[in-house]
Amino acid sequence: MTDTRTTPSGPDAVLISSGVEGGVRDQVRAWWHRVRGGEMGALPASAGIVVLTVLFAFLSPFFLTERNFANLLTQAATLVMLAMALTFVLLLGEIDLSAGVTSGMTMALFVVLNNVFGVAWPLALLAAFGAGLATGLVIGFFVAKVGIPSFVVTLGLFLGYQGLALTIIGDGGLYRLQVPEILAIQNANLPVWAGWVMLLVILAVVSATSVLDRRRRTRAGVPNRTITLLWAKLGVVVVVGGAVVGVLSQNRSASPANELAGVPVVVPIVLTILWLGTFLLDRTRFGRYVYSVGGNAEAARRAGINVRLIRWSGFMLCSTLAVVAGLFSISKVGSIDAAAGREIVLSGVAAAVVGGVSLFGGRGRLLNAAVGALVIAIITNGLGLLNLPAGVNFMVTGSVLVLAATVDAVSRSRASGMVRRN
Amino acid sequence: MTDVPIIELQDVRKSFGPVSVLQGIDFRAYPGKVTALVGDNGAGKSTLIKGLAGVQPYDSGTVLFDGEPVELQSPRDAAALGIEVVYQDLALCDNLDIVQNMFLGREELSRGTLDEGVMERDASDALRSLSVRTMTSVRQKVASLSGGQRQTVAIARAVLKKARVVILDEPTAALGVAQTAQVLALVERLAHQGVAVIIISHNLQDVFEVADYVAPLYLGHLVAEVPIGATTYDDVVGYITGSKTFPGSETVA
Repeated sequence: MTDTRTTPSGPDAVLISSGVEGGVRDQVRAWWHRVRGGEMGALPASAGIVVLTVLFAFLSPFFLTERNFANLLTQAATLVMLAMALTFVLLLGEIDLSAGVTSGMTMALFVVLNNVFGVAWPLALLAAFGAGLATGLVIGFFVAKVGIPSFVVTLGLFLGYQGLALTIIGDGGLYRLQVPEILAIQNANLPVWAGWVMLLVILAVVSATSVLDRRRRTRAGVPNRTITLLWAKLGVVVVVGGAVVGVLSQNRSASPANELAGVPVVVPIVLTILWLGTFLLDRTRFGRYVYSVGGNAEAARRAGINVRLIRWSGFMLCSTLAVVAGLFSISKVGSIDAAAGREIVLSGVAAAVVGGVSLFGGRGRLLNAAVGALVIAIITNGLGLLNLPAGVNFMVTGSVLVLAATVDAVSRSRASGMVRRN
Repeated sequence: MTDVPIIELQDVRKSFGPVSVLQGIDFRAYPGKVTALVGDNGAGKSTLIKGLAGVQPYDSGTVLFDGEPVELQSPRDAAALGIEVVYQDLALCDNLDIVQNMFLGREELSRGTLDEGVMERDASDALRSLSVRTMTSVRQKVASLSGGQRQTVAIARAVLKKARVVILDEPTAALGVAQTAQVLALVERLAHQGVAVIIISHNLQDVFEVADYVAPLYLGHLVAEVPIGATTYDDVVGYITGSKTFPGSETVA
């Protein structure tokens, strides 16, 4: 690259690097060094996806079919969304045990308002989001202002909201979702051409942000990564994205009478939220403060950051995104009962941890949570195809969680060992 | 003492209930000079520093900054004057990299989003101005740094803020021999840039190596403020333990 900065030559010139200098080989070596240093990111979970896919492809002839692939994505959507919601509080070193029942309770509110009271669905949806936001506000009040551990506050809410959902829905009750627009999220597909447009939009966004970043760094006079890596990144998006859209563009209908093809509507919704959330965490002050509060709240406070406000916002984001997870869930199931969302929250936490989000705060990205959720969804889907008893699913998922936590702990202890040796 | 002090405390007092911790302190710090504040536990060093940082305002007394009386009622007042404190426990985020830590709380933005390029450039420049050469990359996570390197980052952060007075609280307390030497060299370079450095230390060896003035505190009194060349190790130990008084000053209680 030619855009390395010009510095006054002398004994002190350019002794500290930016970590982005050199060619592809240097960058790969630096990346590997970081991985060995404990910054594994989504690597173990991504490897897990590959291993599980190969494994289930061998064990079940249905696993690698177009129909199962589309089904897997819609099955996974709720968990992906919930894991991403939880990431905002996990990054702060907090937890929200009530995220699942928040999605259940707000959906109960939504469906009952629409079905029983005849409220127009957009208004009912607004009420559901309002309830989610209010939930985050209340949790944030008790955690950030009163100073109660989030585990306790959200455990209380976990119990209370089950009662609230029961009150809204009634004992043993079940309401059918009657809003075609919401049912469409998980049951309708984009036209085949729109799937390819989606891929083009993704490519455009990735290239535009990269180019803008490079321009900014060049203007500041600091080195850029070699452009080859950007091409490689775009190449990966083309290959992986092309494969996914390609498979989903095939006719996957069970009967020859009708045709079923296209990317499920939920996929672009999840990708948009993933992109917006990642933008917030990576590129804004708010995101930086979330990481700093999770890493060292005292340091953040001394740096003039309003720690209380950041914590509060984290809980509000989590609860609000949990409402979206609830929408995905009722869209898939088609109905709501009083127990909705009771069990999924711990799977959501497990998904985030499997993906590489730290329970102790400050480490992890939304993409990690999404990949972790895919791992757990693949296990559920694959074991379901093998007709194994439901108990096996829980046992395998539990083992994977412990395995992921072990990989993380071992890599980190090795990393601190490296520091000690220095 | 022919230098003009950048900061001058006149008869500052502070008490907590019946306990008067600072009993009328006169203290000066000079641009480009290192002033060491020494004293035993409970002598009032921390209280004196917290007053300067605006964290715990003095009860009475005058603070002159550039010869003008100023109010130090909050950390914001101190920061506005260019007074920065590097605390003993460092206040860095392990999970963020060096650049992110140096800019924490005052990130550079460009069109509403973080401008990593500008921040990386300015952070590198600040480190370079201190002739720091012990780190491989400014994008290293702070978790992977040694104690001395962390201290360096904390000091460089003060430089980045264009601080005029930097207060270092026990900067070498947790460091080994080599790293202590590194940090002391850094302190000297900081002073060479014209910054008034106030260093709190228990380690008199460090003090005699780096300080231009030494100011021993004993039970809330400043025993003396003398050029380092005009005193001896034994004298300073005497001042700190109260077994000796500064010739010419009044006897301490």
